[in-house]
Amino acid sequence: MNAIIVSTLLGVVMMFSGILLKNKSTLKYIAVGGLFLLLIANLFQTYGVYTVVVNSHDLLRFQKFGLFFNSIAISATLIYVILSGRDIENAGNYPAEYFALIFFVLCGVSILCGFNSLLMLFLGIEILSIPLYILTGSDKRNLKSNEASLKYFLMGAFTAGIMLMGIALIYGATGSFGISSPSIVTTPTGSTAVPKASYLEIAGVLLLFVAMCFKVSAAPFHFWTPDVYDGAPSVFTSFMATIVKAAGFFAFIRLLEGQSPILGPTWKILLSFVIIATLLIGNITAVFQQSVKRMLAYSSIAQAGFMLFALYSANDISKEGILLYAAAYSLATIGVFAVLIKMKDYTLDGFNGLAKSEPVLALTTTICLLSLSGIPLTAGFFAKYYMLASVVKTGTGLWLVIVAVLFAAVSVYYYFRVIQAMYFREGVAETSEITPGFKAGLVFVAALIVLIGVLPSVLLNYFYF
Amino acid sequence: MIPLLLILIPLLSGLAVFLLKDSPASKALALVSSLATLVLSLMAVFTKGALTYDAAWLPGLGSRFSLLQDGMSKMLSLLTAISFPVVFVATYKNVYQRSSAFYGLMLLTQAGLLGVFLASDALLFYFFWELALIPVYFLCSIWGGEKRIAVTFKFFVYTFIGSLLMLVGLLYVYAQTADHSFAMQSFYHANLPAHAQNGVFALFFIAFAIKMPIFPFHTWQPDAYEQSPTAVTMILSGVMVKMGIFAVIRWLLPMVPQGFHGHSMFVILLSVTGMIYASLIAIRQDDIKRLIAYSSIAHIGLMCAAIFVQNQIGLEGVMIQMFNHGINVIGLWIVADVIEQQLGTRKFSELGGLAQKAPVLAILFVIMALANVALPLTNAFVGEFLMFNGLFQYNGWIAAVAGISIILAAVYTLNTIQKIFYGNTVEKTVHAVEVSGNVQWVLSILVLIVLVMGVYPQPMIELTKDTVSAIFANR
Repeated sequence: MNAIIVSTLLGVVMMFSGILLKNKSTLKYIAVGGLFLLLIANLFQTYGVYTVVVNSHDLLRFQKFGLFFNSIAISATLIYVILSGRDIENAGNYPAEYFALIFFVLCGVSILCGFNSLLMLFLGIEILSIPLYILTGSDKRNLKSNEASLKYFLMGAFTAGIMLMGIALIYGATGSFGISSPSIVTTPTGSTAVPKASYLEIAGVLLLFVAMCFKVSAAPFHFWTPDVYDGAPSVFTSFMATIVKAAGFFAFIRLLEGQSPILGPTWKILLSFVIIATLLIGNITAVFQQSVKRMLAYSSIAQAGFMLFALYSANDISKEGILLYAAAYSLATIGVFAVLIKMKDYTLDGFNGLAKSEPVLALTTTICLLSLSGIPLTAGFFAKYYMLASVVKTGTGLWLVIVAVLFAAVSVYYYFRVIQAMYFREGVAETSEITPGFKAGLVFVAALIVLIGVLPSVLLNYFYF
Repeated sequence: MIPLLLILIPLLSGLAVFLLKDSPASKALALVSSLATLVLSLMAVFTKGALTYDAAWLPGLGSRFSLLQDGMSKMLSLLTAISFPVVFVATYKNVYQRSSAFYGLMLLTQAGLLGVFLASDALLFYFFWELALIPVYFLCSIWGGEKRIAVTFKFFVYTFIGSLLMLVGLLYVYAQTADHSFAMQSFYHANLPAHAQNGVFALFFIAFAIKMPIFPFHTWQPDAYEQSPTAVTMILSGVMVKMGIFAVIRWLLPMVPQGFHGHSMFVILLSVTGMIYASLIAIRQDDIKRLIAYSSIAHIGLMCAAIFVQNQIGLEGVMIQMFNHGINVIGLWIVADVIEQQLGTRKFSELGGLAQKAPVLAILFVIMALANVALPLTNAFVGEFLMFNGLFQYNGWIAAVAGISIILAAVYTLNTIQKIFYGNTVEKTVHAVEVSGNVQWVLSILVLIVLVMGVYPQPMIELTKDTVSAIFANR
């Protein structure tokens, strides 16, 4: 609850500070301060300190898992604003509004971390999405940005409809908005059984599944992703591809945990199809991209394929895994995007020779890319490790794991092409001005990635105490 | 404590070398660090019994930072520790751009290799297995030949696919262990059912077969050896390929004995095919580096076959030969490097009569080359004799076919000696001069090892005996 209230207030504060302050570079510092405040508020709640006590009539229920995830999302946003705050200010004419919108997105994330009713899920998703439609179109004079925004909005609105339809069907069948279906009963032996799910309810769950697949850009509902990520100003793509996407996944897992048994054994077959399609389309298409930004868009689809494993296995390891994956993936992607924004040329050739002109940038980008490809000693390895281990633990779907690792090998191909361009090819990579503070921020991100890569327990231990 | 230091010294000095701007200083520091590692590994060899180190790492996952240095690990860490100073001294005069990065990456490679040979925790082993690869990837791609980027990338992707399959295997076995632990002993006692053993065997073996490499997974190797800077090639073929063989003996054989047994005939046939195939191709080569690369495939094939015959004598042969092949092949690469640096060519068709100009080099090379053919009195003879003996006990016909590769090895090796060193001098070799003192010294030391180990191999057999007998005691 703390985070929802504080983030909304901060959003309003940011809007007003845009009117009151003439110097736009102060905005970044206000935002950073605000994020710190938000993080502290959320941590307070995690350890049982409430600022305001609100009776939500069990529409929201905050648990440690969700609150911890929220902390990760807020910290990632903090790092993102510190690294790319300067670029947010320069993305368009209304910097204060952009920061405000980011806070509203975080409000949506906070709701998704604690929803306990399908209505709150819908509200959270909408609060999360509507600011993003605006952010995507923030480069007003750029045709591609406009196109992306419109596309995203139309598709998003359509999905909202599907989602509402699903919720309505479920309500019609069961008379409840609860996230775990009353049709599921737990047998005395501890296993769950579904004696009386109606077709109405099954259809409803399937519609919800489709809508959530759209939000996390899982194939075959991914078509908006490359265009939107490519068209949006890079600095906002970074935000959408990391924090927003991870929050979508979190909601997905929380939702399907309670609903998936209704689909019966078909559920795993359906999900394996989506996982393989996502991995296939994301990885294979990324291989052919010449623009690094577009490559990262497809890579984010591919990474979504890995995150879907958490849904497949749905056990303790997968819960830890999704937290770790969210952190690892967000850190690395934010790092790569922060460097990408500074490049004059977004194609692969634009990175040629970066290692000579900007060794620090090249090294940190390399660490981020190694993490994305899942090489040991980086956070990405343990993220993938937990995902695979969770599936292996279920005892089924070993073939799925083998397919996944083969696609992970494919992903090395396109991530390493950037490394090859930076280190092994001759050229003059042109960048905009790089400040020492920016470098320090990148080094911090890289160090964090390596730290989690050596001792993932530093992150996960917070989850347990 | 020694096992930990063996990893820490190259790791820390490698990172330190990175920060040095001055190239002679980085060279010197790399050499000093590698000598320190050598001293430590010698200390380990002369310590009785297995050395261990154990520390907490990932309690939630059941993985510990535990190292074990038994006979085989001692032998391989000694090989690693000898190789690096030898390589550094032999290529001391080579000039590299950004040399501090070069030496830094070399030392990091050494840390990774030693980690692989010492780890006794499966996850830790996997960590080092991958870590040894990353610096090599950068070394080959930055300082390699013309086609370096594509070739090194092929090498990287190949081995990475293998590692990922191995990771799946690791996870599977881990899920089956009684105490959910990655410890070596838990893996040994996982007692997988028969069908699972076959699957796990396949997942692990592909990774190791790519690394060795075994026919038909070898296609990355000749290109990679040819395009890498020679200093790196020495490490690749002298030490890194032993990772695959080591891993088969350390992990695969005790972990899935039934799966191992079930596939032995298949793997032996693959290895023997590879031996003959690689030897035939070697005969047709016109490039020293490619010739050594193919000859190396043939030798590795024999070692792999000798593991899979699963008898004591074969395995003892493999142990000795792992060390000896490393020494011999590094010697050959050094000569190849010297010739390339001085004359600017590696083609036999452009060489000839070098013995007149560089007699010392010629003598040393001939001894190294004869060791490559496994002539009696040289170290390789002992190992190959034991391995063929093991193979013969398994199946006489296969041993006979594999034996053809000895003849073929003589053909291409003697041809090489003749084409490079004898005959008349040609345009490129007219102005050749004797090699410098440091190369002479290094080669002399290697030749000394070749001869001593050839005449008196007993200490090496004794050193690795505990590993061999432990493996056969378990079955």
